[in-house]
Amino acid sequence: MKSVSGIDNVGIRTKKDRIFLGLVVLLSVVTVSPIILIIFKLIAKGYKQLSFGFLVEKMPDTMQAMTAVANNELIPGGIANAILGTLLMVVLASVIAIPVGIITGVYLYENQGKWMANLTRNVSDILQGVPSIVLGLISYMWVVKHVTMGFSALAGSVSLAIMMLPMIVRSTEETLKMIPQTLKEAGLALGIPYWRVLFGILIPTGFSGLMTGILLAVSRVIGETAPLMLTALGSSVINTNISKPTSAIPLVIWEFYNDPNMVDLIWSSSLLLMIIVLVFNLTAKQIASRRK
Amino acid sequence: MNTNILQIKDPILSIHDLSVAYDKNVAVKNVSVGIKKNNVTAIMGPSGCGKSTLLRALNRMHELYENITTSGSVLLNDEDIFKMSPIKLRRKTGMVFQRPNPFPTMSIYDNVIAGYKLNGISQTKQERDEIVERSLRDVALWDEVKDSLTKKGTFLSGGQQQRLCIARALAFNPEIILLDEPTSALDPVATSKIEDLLIKLKENYTIIMVTHNMSQAARISDYSLFMYLGELVEYGKTKNMFTNPQDRRTEEYLTGKFG
Ligand SMILES: Nc1ncnc2c1ncn2[C@@H]1O[C@H](COP(=O)(O)OP(=O)(O)OP(=O)(O)O)[C@@H](O)[C@H]1O
Ligand SMILES: [Mg+2]
Repeated sequence: MKSVSGIDNVGIRTKKDRIFLGLVVLLSVVTVSPIILIIFKLIAKGYKQLSFGFLVEKMPDTMQAMTAVANNELIPGGIANAILGTLLMVVLASVIAIPVGIITGVYLYENQGKWMANLTRNVSDILQGVPSIVLGLISYMWVVKHVTMGFSALAGSVSLAIMMLPMIVRSTEETLKMIPQTLKEAGLALGIPYWRVLFGILIPTGFSGLMTGILLAVSRVIGETAPLMLTALGSSVINTNISKPTSAIPLVIWEFYNDPNMVDLIWSSSLLLMIIVLVFNLTAKQIASRRK
Repeated sequence: MNTNILQIKDPILSIHDLSVAYDKNVAVKNVSVGIKKNNVTAIMGPSGCGKSTLLRALNRMHELYENITTSGSVLLNDEDIFKMSPIKLRRKTGMVFQRPNPFPTMSIYDNVIAGYKLNGISQTKQERDEIVERSLRDVALWDEVKDSLTKKGTFLSGGQQQRLCIARALAFNPEIILLDEPTSALDPVATSKIEDLLIKLKENYTIIMVTHNMSQAARISDYSLFMYLGELVEYGKTKNMFTNPQDRRTEEYLTGKFG
């Protein structure tokens, strides 16, 4: 009896399996389609503007854009001011966040289970969840108000650095935890002082892990808009002075969106931003997978 | 005083009443023993009896972990190791681990010279070359790797890696080499190479080796310690211990009744 009903069930089971499989495929398509649609849309609407000049010329003014749109021409100029601004602020943010993040991560790794380390880890995790606009506000109060006495690239960098920090702390701690303890012991057993073991053996051994964390942190902040609005403000000229207002790619996208004459430029700018973020992400993935 | 423990005249290392505890769990209990210079001393005993714990006390490895407490004294050439700087002590005592652990980012050459380079000791290229060649010759690895010194140490076979790790420990010309089951991860051919090497190395160094393998202890060691549940039960010439063990527990272990 039992075996007979078991055989009967096979047909039903294959049918169920098929339905389930179909559902899985459908859901995966639903998951990946937004990103594919976005990329398509950006390429379709943005590729025309994306030329060499777009990368090296500064933003057009409203008049130039208006004339071009009226004559049905491509809007002249580019977003070099924004590209340089993003570069400046991301580099500065990295210069602040990488050393602080790595040292904090090392501290957490060396003090597993101690209350001070646990507190630091928890605070760092909470920081990761703080809305970026709040971090912008904090930087506004610290840097804009008291250090640069006005909107500045430095203030933007500080807000981005605070965002990067928890990611770097975490990845440093996790990376170090994965390095076999005996490497550290072998180094110390040679009579090498701890800090030289750290910088000469442990960090080089975990380099790809640290690099992955840093690249992901950079790709995370590179598209941030809200904190920069409160700190770097934006600028239509190329600026390399860290105490002056500075543009950034996400900031110009927002500006273009608000200017009917320039609205066409949001596609090419977004495409460029998307490409940069993807490159960072894929590089991070590549490094992480090579490690295994 | 335990009569099953041989007294050594002029020991290079003299351990007095050494105890080591992990939190409240005492893993090495009041061990007192002298180690003879230019000999191979084996530390034997069943798993968990405290062999590694004893060995690691000798270069103060336990200080890396806050839950470990050590008491007693250890004199290296009549100098208290707990009063030396750990850096000085560790340069006088090389350590080799159970699994070969060359520094993965470094070349063979850099692995050998790591102790000097990372200590920021300035040397000419020629001095470095000499140390690398001498150390690699000491472990009979020179001829195998002399054309690939810039390759990563991790590309070598397990046995070669372990010899590289021994070379790394020898580079500083330590007085004592501590080895914790250095061949347990290796195949028989690689194991016998390391054994030959240790017999040769005792001309210039004092060797203390933890081993699980009784025939290995019999083959290469001159003196043996037998530990049981954290205590030193018996210590003497290996030959005597294997032919005529004094303590019942030693005898049972050697005849395979436990362990
Ligand atoms: N890191 C540690 N934390 C807590 N207890 C430990 C630790 N390492 C070892 N012990 C305990 O100390 C005792 C001795 O351990 P040890 O590693 O010295 O033994 P062993 O003789 O080397 O054993 P094996 O032959 O298995 O390597 C064991 O009871 C073990 O459980
Ligand atoms: Mg052990």
